[in-house]
Amino acid sequence: MTVCWQGSAEAAWEAAAAVPDPEVPCVTVADLGILRWVRVENGVAVAGVTPTYSGCPAVLAIELAVEAALRDAGFEARIERVLSPPWTTDWITEAGREKLRDYGIAPPVKSSGSIRSLFGEVMVACPKCGSTDTEKLSEFGSTACKAHYRCRSCAEPFDYFKCI
Amino acid sequence: MAVWEALLELADDHLVLGHRISEWCGHAPMLEEDLAMPNMGLDLIGTARTLYDHAGKLEGKGRSEDDLAYLRDEREYRNCLLVERPNEDFAHTMLRQFYFAAFMRPYWLAALNSADATVRGVAGKAEKEMAYHIRHAGEWVIRLGDGTEESAARMRDAVEALHIYVDELFDSSDAARMAEAAGVLPVRADLRDTWERTVSEVFAEALLEQPKAAYAQRGGREGIHNEALGHLLAEMQVVHRAHPGARW
Repeated sequence: MTVCWQGSAEAAWEAAAAVPDPEVPCVTVADLGILRWVRVENGVAVAGVTPTYSGCPAVLAIELAVEAALRDAGFEARIERVLSPPWTTDWITEAGREKLRDYGIAPPVKSSGSIRSLFGEVMVACPKCGSTDTEKLSEFGSTACKAHYRCRSCAEPFDYFKCI
Repeated sequence: MAVWEALLELADDHLVLGHRISEWCGHAPMLEEDLAMPNMGLDLIGTARTLYDHAGKLEGKGRSEDDLAYLRDEREYRNCLLVERPNEDFAHTMLRQFYFAAFMRPYWLAALNSADATVRGVAGKAEKEMAYHIRHAGEWVIRLGDGTEESAARMRDAVEALHIYVDELFDSSDAARMAEAAGVLPVRADLRDTWERTVSEVFAEALLEQPKAAYAQRGGREGIHNEALGHLLAEMQVVHRAHPGARW
């Protein structure tokens, strides 16, 4: 992540970074790693935002919210959509992973770079009791980024933030 | 012919298939699929949007992604025929998805080295998405192919119905050849071996035979479509055309 600390860029970053994700409001856009950078160019705050999934319907809402937050902080604001390099769940910060777990969403299993076999399964720990004796109910959940799981130890059904 | 037209072909493939599988939303046989279909449809439509936007900019006539998606008629659509095939039953839907994803995954992996930065950006996302499209659709191909008498018969019907549309995936139009020569898009014909390997692995588990096509149905890249596309476009475009320039 490149952050350019120049002039009031720090204030701009702080304003943008505090914006919560519209679909998973326990984490901010900075926690998720989808806010890539904020620069101040000729008095205009420009924020680089990257989509999680190609068709994530929250992209526009996130961009509008970041722009609004920058304006509220007194900046002229512009959003740049950053496609490359593609977002990966590895960019979710440690604090972000902790917040997800507290919220009842299992954070993604680390190192999405490894190529698993075509039908490979991952070990997902229950966010409530920590047991890894869990089962996948549905690969597709309430949002593009989540799958649905159930814990066999404590019977808690939970969302898993998919690894990509 | 120009490079932007090759991007348009690619965008059309994604929009048409994305719209097709979204038709299952609210009609799928179980909640998981009711979520899975629109989810995968959104991946495809998201990819299409970026490609339309980019194609429009390269064309340089000020056409937006909406103009390209909503204001072209059937004959101007350049998608391959496979993606416009009707959903029919789950066997057809999942086999079509599997065939397409098995092609697009290696396509996007190769496009990670594209000379065009936007194509590289799209490829970086899409190759990951195509990996789980292959997995999800492939699991269904196996489940139905190696399932009950009824499901296996339906799967065999789907193979019979769709295999004539496979060859077109590997054809490059004049525009695509230009884009390939410029290093913008991967050479389609080069992906055949990878595709065959992915399909034969899953078919072996699904107890399905891969038929040799007696002939191949082509024409999508020249705008010669099956009537199925007209109905899809009519439904997709009606609101936009009924209220030109409407904003909300």
